Amino acid sequence: MKKVFALLLALAMVFALAACGDSGEAVTTDTPEASDAPEASDAPEGGSGETVSVPEDFKVGFIFLHDENSTYDLNFINGANAAIEALGLSEDQYVFRTNIPEGQECYDAAADLADAGCDIIFADSFGHEDYMIQAAQEFPEVQFCHSTGTKAHTQGLDNYHNAFASIYEGRYLAGIVAGMKLNEMIENGEITEDEAKIGYVGAFTYAEVISGYTSFFLGARSVCPSATMDVTFTGSWYDETAEREAANNLIAGGCVLISQHADSMGAPSACEDAGVPNVSYNGSTIAACPDTYLVSSRIDWAPYYEYAITCAINGEAIDADWTGTLETGSVVLTDLNESAVAEGTQEAVDEAMAALEDGSLHVFDTSTFTVGGETVTTYMADVDTDENSEGDTEAIVDGYFAESTFRSAPYFDLRIDGITLLDENYG
Amino acid sequence: MNEKTRVPLVHISRRQSLPWYRAWAIRAAAIVLALLACAVITTLLTGENPIAVYGAMIEGAFGTSRRIWVLLQNVAILLCVSLAVTPAFKMRFWNIGGEGQIMAGCLATAACMITLRDVMPNWLLIVTMFVSSLLAGAIWGLIPAFFKAKWNTNETLFTLMMNYVATQLVAFFIIIWESPKGSGNVGIINQSTQAGWLPYIGGNRYLLNILVVALLTVGMYIYLKYTKHGYEIAVVGESERTARYVGIKVERVIMRTMLISGAICGLAGFLLVAGTDHTITTTISASRGFTAVMVSWLAKFSPIFMVLTSFLIEFLSRGASEIATQFGLNHAFGDILTGVILFFIIGSEFFITYKLHFRGHSGKAAEKNV
Repeated sequence: MKKVFALLLALAMVFALAACGDSGEAVTTDTPEASDAPEASDAPEGGSGETVSVPEDFKVGFIFLHDENSTYDLNFINGANAAIEALGLSEDQYVFRTNIPEGQECYDAAADLADAGCDIIFADSFGHEDYMIQAAQEFPEVQFCHSTGTKAHTQGLDNYHNAFASIYEGRYLAGIVAGMKLNEMIENGEITEDEAKIGYVGAFTYAEVISGYTSFFLGARSVCPSATMDVTFTGSWYDETAEREAANNLIAGGCVLISQHADSMGAPSACEDAGVPNVSYNGSTIAACPDTYLVSSRIDWAPYYEYAITCAINGEAIDADWTGTLETGSVVLTDLNESAVAEGTQEAVDEAMAALEDGSLHVFDTSTFTVGGETVTTYMADVDTDENSEGDTEAIVDGYFAESTFRSAPYFDLRIDGITLLDENYG
Repeated sequence: MNEKTRVPLVHISRRQSLPWYRAWAIRAAAIVLALLACAVITTLLTGENPIAVYGAMIEGAFGTSRRIWVLLQNVAILLCVSLAVTPAFKMRFWNIGGEGQIMAGCLATAACMITLRDVMPNWLLIVTMFVSSLLAGAIWGLIPAFFKAKWNTNETLFTLMMNYVATQLVAFFIIIWESPKGSGNVGIINQSTQAGWLPYIGGNRYLLNILVVALLTVGMYIYLKYTKHGYEIAVVGESERTARYVGIKVERVIMRTMLISGAICGLAGFLLVAGTDHTITTTISASRGFTAVMVSWLAKFSPIFMVLTSFLIEFLSRGASEIATQFGLNHAFGDILTGVILFFIIGSEFFITYKLHFRGHSGKAAEKNV
């Protein structure tokens, strides 16, 4: 009996663990016959490029790291759905594959989509890149588009492409919203000028994150000059508990406003519980955090999906490295939470947005920040990915750091004064 | 006996033994019932046609030759891990550290691929990777076994905790090897030179893994059934005291068996990193160390039946995911169906081992038995 009981306990434990750790993969094929369909890779010749008529046998494949429960993937899925609707693709002309890990499964999924007759295939996560390249080498007649990757501009494959957006501009605008909120708190006497400290929960000390929190901070400091910032890292893109803990620690450490670059609801919900204003990412969190949510910046992927799919239909070349901007509609701010933001926020954001769009304002203007007390005049950024992560491209142009110019994925990784990294254990 | 004893509505007794065809009839009935239950659940919750749902399931697993190969490759790796944990389970040593032992093997393989790629010819590199992955897995298995043998520590907790140690070690080395810096991502190792990659057989990237595991299955069958070691494992599992009485050195058997168990898990890590993924992540083993426990138990520790059970688990996982999203449902729905099917299969083992007696019939039956 004792043995049976011990066995039951052990099994219960194992199943609980297996249930937690299981990340299966899911497949959507909208045509049951898809796998037997002949390869439909011949894009029609020419095409005007203005009004797109989608050939009947044209097919698009999407690979997502998780499913709609992740804010990161939900943002991509929304973009894909918007593009599908705009282009008028029918149900059997697109395939979603969700929960594809960053390993051999990604290659298998991409090859499976190519087998099923997809003409263009998208993947959404950084770790998918090498496997997309592997698939692109094997299927030269299919277009492979990878968001957030860094290798397309040096890989030399005609059918492999990267895309990202100048999200640092969106972060900067969100930073202005935060700075206005800090000013309001100072005016109301809730905090003193010196207490205007922002907390930031980051995933890794990766250029994309560094670029994100720095632009956010510069935006906030442009309206609230006394602002400082503490940054902490979780070492994971999605870890609800760690993100919640990180936000709580920052709040306990005196941060009066929180933002984050990680994909769970951990930080926003910790803020709602503590009554601390939060600037979100990837989409609005107003439903869960009605009192503390201020605004969210996000990349709208629909313009890129439409662009790339249209190119594929028309047989035109897709940019090896495409950068979405405010102008293309790729960088967007969600609606302000009117009940939480400071007065005059919308006007300040509109003004900065106009200045960014006409080129009179640069986010990483070297006159607005210092590194080690000195103004930066030259910096070799690591634009061409290599194993030693060596700088290879001069990034300071005309008095500003030219982010997302030499390649779409961010490469700003300077540690500027005014931002304190509480830990640096992750890279 | 007291005549006033109340006869319960149902009482349970152990079956003597069941002829194999009846046992399998019960299992088949369980699967049919499970499919019916899933059909009802699917229709009630989603309104979809269950036949179409099952069709999608089969198509997801066997729809194209690529899907069949991917399925077989997944079956092979899961089977490899299941074979690895089996000798330990047969010995009643609750090794739930398969996950960590796989990770140790993955880590050793990746470390060799990265640090030794320029200093030795490719064949020697692969041999080194192979040996070090086996060693790493073996050491990871041996540590809890050593403590169990010497100080009778609890192996369930010990092996479980070794999983976390291994996962964190992998996380640590990912930060050293990551590219680009800060991304937390190693990417495909040696993508341009393919140094340390296992060769493709006849252009098929999965065949080698499948063949290795097929050989291993036969080897494990022979090892458990026909060797002195296998016999010792069985005796220790049945009763440690008996084992001591007949002169088996129990401590030695425990350590030796866990060494083998860990080494085979290390081999699974080697096949994953060198054979298919060519990268290392903290999730590379995908909970196979835990799933293997179920595979091994469902097959009653028989390597041959393990081929069937691991195939069943992988088929369900691929098929259930396919139906879940082919019909616009969340991936969790596939997991529900898999859970229902496994529940019925595990439940059927109860009816194979035990017999239910209902009031009325049971009185006579009990009398006869007495």
